[in-house]
Amino acid sequence: MSGRPDVPGIRDIRSGGGPLAAHLGPYFGDFGGRFVPEALIAALDEIDTEYHKALTDPAFGKELARLHRTYTGRPSPLTEVPRFARHVGEGVRVFLKREDLNHTGSHKINNVLGQALLVKRMGKTRLIAETGAGQHGVATATAAALMDLECTVYMGEEDTRRQALNVARMELLGATVVPVTIGTRTLKDAINEALRDWVANVETTHYLLGTVTGPHPFPEMVRDFHRVIGEEARAQLLEEIGRLPDAVAACVGGGSNAMGIFNAFLDDPDVRLFGFEAGGEGIESGRHSARFRGGAPGVLHGAKSYLLQDEDGQTLPSHSVSAGLDYPSVGPEHAWLHDIGRADYRPVTDVEAMEAFRLLCRTEGIIPAIESAHALAGAIQIGREASAWREDGQEPVLLVNLSGRGDKDVATAAAWFGLIEDEPVVLADEGEQL
Amino acid sequence: MSVVVRSQVGERLDALRAAEGRAALIGYLPVGYPTVGGSVEAVRTMIDAGVDIVELGVPYTDPVMDGPVIQRAADAALVGGARVRDTIDAVEKVAGRGAPILVMTYWNLVLRYGVDAFARDLAAAGGAGLITPDLIPDEAAEWMAASDAHGLDRVFLVAPSSTPERLASTAAASRGFVYAASTMGVTGERATVGPRAEELVTRTRAAGAEHVCVGLGVSRPEQAAQVGAYADGVIVGSALVRTLLDAQDAGTPAAGLDALARLTADLAAGVASSAGVAR
Repeated sequence: MSGRPDVPGIRDIRSGGGPLAAHLGPYFGDFGGRFVPEALIAALDEIDTEYHKALTDPAFGKELARLHRTYTGRPSPLTEVPRFARHVGEGVRVFLKREDLNHTGSHKINNVLGQALLVKRMGKTRLIAETGAGQHGVATATAAALMDLECTVYMGEEDTRRQALNVARMELLGATVVPVTIGTRTLKDAINEALRDWVANVETTHYLLGTVTGPHPFPEMVRDFHRVIGEEARAQLLEEIGRLPDAVAACVGGGSNAMGIFNAFLDDPDVRLFGFEAGGEGIESGRHSARFRGGAPGVLHGAKSYLLQDEDGQTLPSHSVSAGLDYPSVGPEHAWLHDIGRADYRPVTDVEAMEAFRLLCRTEGIIPAIESAHALAGAIQIGREASAWREDGQEPVLLVNLSGRGDKDVATAAAWFGLIEDEPVVLADEGEQL
Repeated sequence: MSVVVRSQVGERLDALRAAEGRAALIGYLPVGYPTVGGSVEAVRTMIDAGVDIVELGVPYTDPVMDGPVIQRAADAALVGGARVRDTIDAVEKVAGRGAPILVMTYWNLVLRYGVDAFARDLAAAGGAGLITPDLIPDEAAEWMAASDAHGLDRVFLVAPSSTPERLASTAAASRGFVYAASTMGVTGERATVGPRAEELVTRTRAAGAEHVCVGLGVSRPEQAAQVGAYADGVIVGSALVRTLLDAQDAGTPAAGLDALARLTADLAAGVASSAGVAR
């Protein structure tokens, strides 16, 4: 199969020959870096320094672990889903890592609590964040309430319409939600506005970036705060079946949930890693968010990575039924894992994702986030190859990161499946786009 | 190893200081607003009305260092079909009129064009160099080589938050001048230019910069005079762009050039009034 290293114990010379899982920024191969205005460099340096200090401070790790145990609800369960697995492939066992059961409904809280604790250490008083689907915005507003911090969330105007309920949730939690009305009015424009706010207010304000993109140290730090997903899943699977999975699947927008679950398996070359991007209406339609299929290396929002761009280097609008995957770039570590062949990235269309969404609802009584439904649809895709994974006759085992729950998506899904008389909300983003 | 490259912009700043004892007025306009041809005409108007150095902006979809005025003009330029290649053509059309032409561009556009190819084509068109708001010297190895190879200036930014070490490394990497952001923020008009700007100019000179020009928030003649008293150049963007936006909104685009010429002349007078102030 493609994307899987043939040599056990693959090492990229640019990571100094050390384990892939411990690779540090600012560069991941040719990707990453700090392509930001000089005004932000002092703040990025401060975060980097404070973060590495916190890592060696037992009190920091202890407090984060306490919060995860008593507030987030960690460890999140591992659920085997046999009725769903029948649709994946004959004899394939599928396990879901249940990040959907975390407080606030997704994996986002892992990173948010980590960064918020760091903000308290740095003595800053205000958080800003971008959000697409609203999951990261809700998580940030939650942490701000918990830790007595002021909070402003930037959200593309189109997304505030697609995710009106999440806007209300953030406001209930005391955050100010600012609709962004320039550009494509989606996640990337929300990030632009958050960066502008940060440049102006960096002395008091921390930009709580929600995924493994952006300038160093965000890709490294956000990955580290999500490592707990893979570490737990690995231990839970060993406990449950006594061995590692044959493959791990996750959806990839910016890529934080995928990096969180991949990390624990990066140095196990027999574990195949699959990232599923939003294929939207299909690659050939031009309406998708498949950076590895339809993009090329470039710089956006502070990092070099794969990017949807035109021949001039202007950012192209992305598309997905899922607001959380609707982003034209991807975390630089994913770009690196793609180029060295350690992980395999494939597109999943809106239609495939929604079918998988319905399937999980009907077979297992779990309503997934539409983002996570891309990982489920991906599982069905790779399930066709699963019989070739093992030569010892054991059942192939597939671990899927169920990164979020679908409560926020009920209106979109109801419209999609014709349960309510409304246009599918996804059509709302067909306006004039730059 | 150091490469000796003549600096078009540095020589201009030195000449103004020697002959007129004053700072330079540096005016920003984006290519493609209201049209590519219209922007060329506007730049010529601005040069004829008294800017000493031009900062020509390349419209970009994600301009994180720009405030609402420049965002709007860049947006309109892109909707109107402005291409990166149009910038090179525009440079060719406005160069040789007495004002060195610097191009202000976000980095991905240059990366996509090819760093060396962009430098080569810009130099061939008569351009003086680049201002790169989202490229710090740490990430600029390819641009350092290309700008040396093609004899171009490279203007990096410093901010009030820059440490002495970063001021020194940025000053050492820059050629032409160092762009000092007057305040922590994005481009746009502001009521006052705060004391941090002068302090930053002093710190940047102390860190080794030969020339330091100040931008962000400078929009009025009295502010230009104030900044011109301590900096080597006064950079004005949003206020100039707004003359064109306002005229377009009022349905009288032709009046935009008159308003642009008037504001430019007033700003030039402001800078001139600071002549001879010891710095």
